[in-house]
Amino acid sequence: MAKITFITSDDETIVVEGTSGSVMELAVEHNVKGIDGDCGGVCSCATCHVHVKPEDMTKTGPASEIETDMLELDDNADEYSRLCCQIEISDAIDGVELTVAK
Amino acid sequence: MQKSELPDPFEKARLEKGIGEMKDQNDPVKMILRHKDVRKTAHNYKTFQSGAIPGRIVVPSEVNIRKTRQIPFELDPPIHGLYRAIVEPWFKRPLQVDYTEKLTDQISELVEETLKKDKVEVIGEFALVLQSRALTLLLNIPYEEAETWISWGTHVFRSEDTALDADKANILYDYIDKEIDKAIENPGADLYSMLLASEVEGKKLTREEVKGVMVLTFAGGRDTIINAVTNAIAYLSEHQESLERFRKEPEIIGKAVEEMIRYFSPLTQMGRVVTEDTHVCEHAVKADTRVSLCWASANRDDAVFENPNEIVLDRKINPHVGFGFSHHNCLGATHARQIMKVLLQTLADKIKSIEVFDYKENIEDLDEFKRKVGYDYINVKFNRLTN
Repeated sequence: MAKITFITSDDETIVVEGTSGSVMELAVEHNVKGIDGDCGGVCSCATCHVHVKPEDMTKTGPASEIETDMLELDDNADEYSRLCCQIEISDAIDGVELTVAK
Repeated sequence: MQKSELPDPFEKARLEKGIGEMKDQNDPVKMILRHKDVRKTAHNYKTFQSGAIPGRIVVPSEVNIRKTRQIPFELDPPIHGLYRAIVEPWFKRPLQVDYTEKLTDQISELVEETLKKDKVEVIGEFALVLQSRALTLLLNIPYEEAETWISWGTHVFRSEDTALDADKANILYDYIDKEIDKAIENPGADLYSMLLASEVEGKKLTREEVKGVMVLTFAGGRDTIINAVTNAIAYLSEHQESLERFRKEPEIIGKAVEEMIRYFSPLTQMGRVVTEDTHVCEHAVKADTRVSLCWASANRDDAVFENPNEIVLDRKINPHVGFGFSHHNCLGATHARQIMKVLLQTLADKIKSIEVFDYKENIEDLDEFKRKVGYDYINVKFNRLTN
């Protein structure tokens, strides 16, 4: 079980819990604004871009090469950016805070 | 070679040069073939613009048959974003439960009709019908209107003899003009009325702008959906086991749709006009010439995709560009994805196998390359699944 906090572009804080699947799926299930997950999680659409709270990066790990290639072309990306369809839910990411990218 | 295979004609040029060349009505196009270059170029709207003369970024060029600017497609940021914001929520409606239910009913009924026939020509009697009926949902207008669009035949702009057909294009433009008139007189809950009531920076959309959105909606989602649907049917005719797999693992259908869009790449390429002398993949390109983003080639780039020429139904990482990339990614993608998901699910529920009788491939002539994009016709029979 992992507790995950999303902060949307309207500054709304949404705390949800999940046990399996991807963070994107969890966000879509809970209608987190700004996480669309158009491609269903195959890393093709970049509509699940989040900024991980810097101190939580050790829990989520850095973006993979395929994410980096995509994020490189996103003007709002930074070193804490992840595509959350590529973050698997597990106990390891319990407590992370993710800010939905604009 | 299997009947349903779509070969990759770009491989050699992609590996050796990274670009291809097309003459296209004396306005040559340098086709960008590698995945990385395609995405980079698509993102760089300042040097590679969409807001050129209407029709010029389309390949083959529509400059001689169209004056109306397609919106938001033929605009560049930042103005592009203002128009995109108006239409975006409307084009996400396919995610709503009642929309999906209606779409499921439509496709289910069509598959049932098809099951009763001994022979069905997929392009004209299945894919065109499916696409037209589904479009009534996207526009939120009466179902019966689909009959008009079906009567136009398979191509809005193209005919059997020529790639570009001004007479056919005029049928569409005249039709849209009349529908806009109707919506002005009698506003409703349809897309025309929504656009007529919308404002950009405090100003109502002009009639020409409304027309531009509607032309894009009709033209962009016709051949593309027809090819995707038809290619899926052809693929399943040779892969009965995939229908079985969808029955056992329905959760992979979303991934299967993305993979089919990658493999089929229903839109081969889209152009941009170069605004300054520059380089693409180490080739010089001059200002006021054209390049194209060759989605079909990028989607087979083995630098990105393992076994690029195979359909891997549950491909987990699939950064395809079948719906384009960056600012101008396909506005109708949500609708298209929903159609394909419902179609695969419905076929899995009802169909045991599909027999192909005869077919003729539709081969695009891209000068240096010949690309199979689908079929001119394909006659099949659906066989019902019985328990």
